[in-house]
Amino acid sequence: MTALTAAPSAKRRRRPDLTAPLFLLPTLLLLLVFVAYPFLRAIWLSFTDTTLLGGTLGFVGLDNFRSLFTDPSFGTYLRSSIVWMTGGVGLQLVFGVIGALLLNQRFRLRGVVRGLAMIPWATPSVLVALIWMWLLDPNHGLVNAVLTRVGLIHSPIAWFGNPHSALPTLIVVDAWQGIPFFAVMVLAALQAVPEELKESARTDGCGTLRVFWFITVPSILPTVLITLVLRLIWTANYIDLAYVLTGGGPGISSTTIPLASYLTAYKEGALGSGASYAVVQAAVLAVLVAIYIRLTRRREA
Amino acid sequence: MVALERTAAGAIGVRHPDRVATERRRTRTASMLKRIVARPALYVVLVLWMVGTLGPYVVMALTSVTPEKQLIAYGMSRLPSHFSVRGYAELFSTTPFVSYMANSIITALSTVVFSLIVASAAAISLSRFRFRGRTTVLTTLLIAQLFPAVLLVIPLSTMLQSAHLLDSRAGLVLVYVTFATPFATYLLKGFLDSLPRELDEAATVDGCTPMQMVRYILVPLLRPGLAAAGTYIFIFSWNEFLYALTFTSSTASQTIPVGLQFFIGDYQIRWDLLTAAGVIAAVPVLVGFMLVQRQLIGGLSAGAVKG
Repeated sequence: MTALTAAPSAKRRRRPDLTAPLFLLPTLLLLLVFVAYPFLRAIWLSFTDTTLLGGTLGFVGLDNFRSLFTDPSFGTYLRSSIVWMTGGVGLQLVFGVIGALLLNQRFRLRGVVRGLAMIPWATPSVLVALIWMWLLDPNHGLVNAVLTRVGLIHSPIAWFGNPHSALPTLIVVDAWQGIPFFAVMVLAALQAVPEELKESARTDGCGTLRVFWFITVPSILPTVLITLVLRLIWTANYIDLAYVLTGGGPGISSTTIPLASYLTAYKEGALGSGASYAVVQAAVLAVLVAIYIRLTRRREA
Repeated sequence: MVALERTAAGAIGVRHPDRVATERRRTRTASMLKRIVARPALYVVLVLWMVGTLGPYVVMALTSVTPEKQLIAYGMSRLPSHFSVRGYAELFSTTPFVSYMANSIITALSTVVFSLIVASAAAISLSRFRFRGRTTVLTTLLIAQLFPAVLLVIPLSTMLQSAHLLDSRAGLVLVYVTFATPFATYLLKGFLDSLPRELDEAATVDGCTPMQMVRYILVPLLRPGLAAAGTYIFIFSWNEFLYALTFTSSTASQTIPVGLQFFIGDYQIRWDLLTAAGVIAAVPVLVGFMLVQRQLIGGLSAGAVKG
């Protein structure tokens, strides 16, 4: 079944219409050359000793992976990755759902507010980093100034300069940027909850809370789940903020696995070893990707 | 037991008179509660949210016009005594910011043009034709967006190097077109799906070949969708950091995010200059976003949720 051509002439049947595959060709070529091939090449590189300046020096088998897993820092990278993912996405989930419920209320200028709320999503990551670096600046930043004046802290805090506060602060900045997207996704699901369903529950004597729990929650749950998995994948791979704000430090306190991959590849120049970190990252994320595909498929069916 | 009784009563439409009275009272108190507490509370929370979201941008914009001396002395704890454009003036006279801007504009606009062509072709194919492997292609597009950039960046840099495309805008455009196209395709496909199929059926009945149907029916109808998808692609390439950082090494191709990142290292205490650069980096994307936000947000939620 190639096209919607109504005329089933013998000629046409012999020569199927090529419009559809032809139109897909550029996209598929791009994906083949710039996604599929590099993907396989990354896996191959992770088994080699390849440096930024010297090129591929040889096949080393599992050596990169062996040194990766025996590296005493690997535990820290892994822990940071888990904290970064669960912390960032956890905040986005909680405040994203609350935000969506707020935006779903009736109020003046609702359209404008919905648009403005999404602005952090459209902002360059480096700019988000710059804005928060300035707001959280230990000497002149507004946040320290306000907190000191209110009396919550006695002396300014170097938010990104302390190994205990660097990662949590990064997580908060990530949440600031990511909550709007989460909220807007859930909002779309909230708007799709059939009003008649809620109405009939209300006539049956359900209070606001019960309507929310028995009607709203089940209807938005699939979208919340899909968004959750999607954000987990994105957040796991998101290294821009940490790269600019802390460089993974102080020490290695805010280095996640993908950031370790990038720093190994481009600060140390060890491309092969860097690729092995990225392969580990991708292998773990493959599980989430599989879940994501399953969830969207089920929804489509 | 009560719940059961209530459901049963509700189902047959009979209610106990006492219950009706209680319920009426309850709704009245509820609506009063809503008017006196909930409404103002809603507005307070919304205002706080907007302050938390937009406040940082306002602080950035104000900082960019605050005299340097005042910033060094007080930071932003005081409003600027007078406006100064020295940050902007120095940004343009002493830094290569103009080159960064030119690179960002050229790269982003080229990506928009090429990606729109590639993506609308794919979207037309996926929305208007049924063929074997269609679902596989849709899933492939979905997965392509989820690949970790850190995994692809290393092989891509060696590939671009052998093709002599490192440190060139063309190399960046190629990569950006690849990574902007899957989602742009979803946006455009969603848009096309909402156009009635009778249109192309009518065209076919009138003797149009599939190619003519695309040329005379679908492309003209696609225009509003192209605006939203084009803006998405522009925002994507304008904001992209990791690939730009890795693939560029001189002002011949470095874009604004890369430049901003250098500035953060080089001009640690020149916050007037840094925020001036930030304002210029923000304006095009935020204006573009606000112009098409309705379609874009609609497409975003549909694109990520549906397969």
